[in-house]
This record gives sequence, C-alpha cells and structure tokens, in this order.
Amino acid sequence: MEARRNAWRIYRESLPILVVSLAGGIFAGSVLGSAGMTEGFERFPGLLLLLPAFLATRGNVYGAMGARISSGLHQGMIDPSFSWDRRLVNAVAASFINGIGISVIIAVLSWGILRVLGRESARLVELLGIMLISGILTSITLIFGLLALVFAGYKHGLDPDNLIGPIVTTLGDVFGVIFLFVAITVVGGVF
Amino acid sequence: MASAGPDDSLGSWSIRHIVGTMFPILLVLSVLEMGSGYILEELKETYLANPTLLVLVPVMIGMGGNLGAILSSRLSTRLHLGLLEFDPRDEVLWTNILAILALAATIFSALGVAAWAVGRVIAEPMALRDLVLISIVSGMLLAVIAIVLSLVATYVSYTRGLDPDDTTIPVVTNVCDILGVIVLSGVAIVVLN
Repeated sequence: MEARRNAWRIYRESLPILVVSLAGGIFAGSVLGSAGMTEGFERFPGLLLLLPAFLATRGNVYGAMGARISSGLHQGMIDPSFSWDRRLVNAVAASFINGIGISVIIAVLSWGILRVLGRESARLVELLGIMLISGILTSITLIFGLLALVFAGYKHGLDPDNLIGPIVTTLGDVFGVIFLFVAITVVGGVF
Repeated sequence: MASAGPDDSLGSWSIRHIVGTMFPILLVLSVLEMGSGYILEELKETYLANPTLLVLVPVMIGMGGNLGAILSSRLSTRLHLGLLEFDPRDEVLWTNILAILALAATIFSALGVAAWAVGRVIAEPMALRDLVLISIVSGMLLAVIAIVLSLVATYVSYTRGLDPDDTTIPVVTNVCDILGVIVLSGVAIVVLN
C-alpha cells in the first residue's frame, strides 16, 4: 500500500509539468513544420543533420546543471536564490562554456560530415553563425529560466527531482526552435 | 579559470571539474546525435508524405529523455544521500518504475489525440486510430528503454566512481533522443502498412 501511495505521489507531482512539456513539444513540432523553417532547411543544407544534436544540447548541459543544483539544494550546499555564491557561479559559468562550446562543435561536425560524404552543404561560416546566435540566446534563456523555476519550486516545497528534466525539455523545445528561427533569419539576411 | 587552491576546496563544484567531466561526454554524444540527424534526413520522404507525424517528432524525442531524467535524477539524489540500493527487491526502486510507466501511458495517449487534432488543422488529416496506436506503442517502448538505461547508467556511474549528475542524464537523454526517432519511424512504418 505504501509503495502504491508513493508511486501515486510521484505521478501527481510529475504529471502537470510533463503536460506542459507535451504542449511545448507540440508547439515546437508546429514551428519546425512552418514554411519559414522549411525554407531555412532547404537554404542551409546541414541544418537538418545538426537539428537533433542542437535540440539535445538542452538535456546535456542544462539537465546536468539542473540535477547538480537539485543535489546541491538537497545537501544544503547551495541556497535556493540568485547570489554570487561560488558554487552557483561556477555551475552557471561551466554551463555557458559547455553549451556554447558544443554549439560551435556541432556546426563544424555537420559541415564536416557532409563534406566527407561529398554532399552539398551550407558554408561553414553560415552554420557557425546560426549555431552561435541560437546557442548563446538559448544558453542565457535556459540557464536563468531553469534556475528561477527550480528555486521557486523548491521554496514551494516541490521536489526539484521531478521538475528538472521536463523544465529543460520544455524550455529547450520552445526557445530552441524560436532562437533557431531567429538565427536562420539573421544569418539569411547577412549572407 | 581560478587557481588550483580555491578550486580544490570547491571539489566537484569547480568550473574545471564540471567542464572537464562533461565536455568529452558531450563531444561523443554530439557525434552520436549526428546519427539521429542522418536518420531524420534519410526518412524525410516518409515524414513529408504524412506531415502529421512531424508533430509527434519533438515530443517523441524529448519525452523518453524526460521520463529517464525524472528517474535518473531521483536515483542520483538517493545515491548522493546514501539511500540507493541496487537490489531487485528494493521497493522504492519499483515504486519509481511504476510511476514512470503510468506517466508514460497517460502522456502518450494524450499525445496521439493532440497530434490528430493539430494535424487536422495544419496538414492532411490522418486516422485517429493510427496516430494513437503509433504514439502509445512507440511511447511505451521508449519508456521501457528509458527505465533500463537510467538504471544501467546510474549503476555504471556508481561503480566507476563518477558523479551521476554529470554522466547519467546526458547518456539517458541522448540515447532516448536517438532511439526516439528510430522507434517512432519503425512503429509508424509497421502501423501505416
């Protein structure tokens, strides 16, 4: 009985945010299928190839940061507020380095793979520009959005363990495709 | 990057430690993600013939990782607190697994219906029965994969002395991302033919 009640508690706590994540994913699917995005995929070959890696960066960098913050809160090593606490600042700085660094590498990888396969690809500078712009915008939004939501949830007595994955994928889905759209538009205008 | 002194006192919270632990993993996983991108590109025609399937794609990619991340994060925190036991008779372990399966059943049923409704607006409509079937079958397959991956990845991190916060979730979410596209594509092809 105890086990069933605990499973029900985890279910109840997790479901609302998973439903929000579901809505975010459906929104992202609609944006990806939009005419502007499809034209971008056609204009810059290599974007479709790097898309899963770009979207997955959220789970890689920010999911791990969220789990670290969560464990830190549980262990009492950090406080649930924005401050110049050394541990918090380090976790944020490391996430920026990881997030923006991997965006650059993804652009180079996609360009290189198409080159090796002898397929048509966008110019390296175009893919790099798109990944840098969307990578920086996504990093800023996800890091501070994630911290604000996890802190707020923790203060309201919600277990952050149940929140982080879904928050990261929801913010990542919605802002990832929006900033990708912005970056494609900017780079498309410049080049 | 700070000098070695203060970094040492911060232990696993130093920038060098976090980046040094994660970046090599991120590199390997990004290369694997390129495999997922390649599959998407190869199956472009199937998806363009049934544009409603595209509505499923981001959720199918993300939700397996979501479920795995919830489980991994819970396992990881229990590990940090010294409460985790890798024992098949451990009741808390089964409680977590049961909750994840129930969540998956709810979410992927809703996804099938939602994608059907969105598809009627943005694309050529597909049969509700097909969409719900594709969503639930591929969703539950992904949930089982996510559970197994979470348990294995946490156990391996634990036995190798790695911090699971830096290792488990990237591995689980990325493998789910890659398999999400493959599982969805496979199930969709079987159901639609």
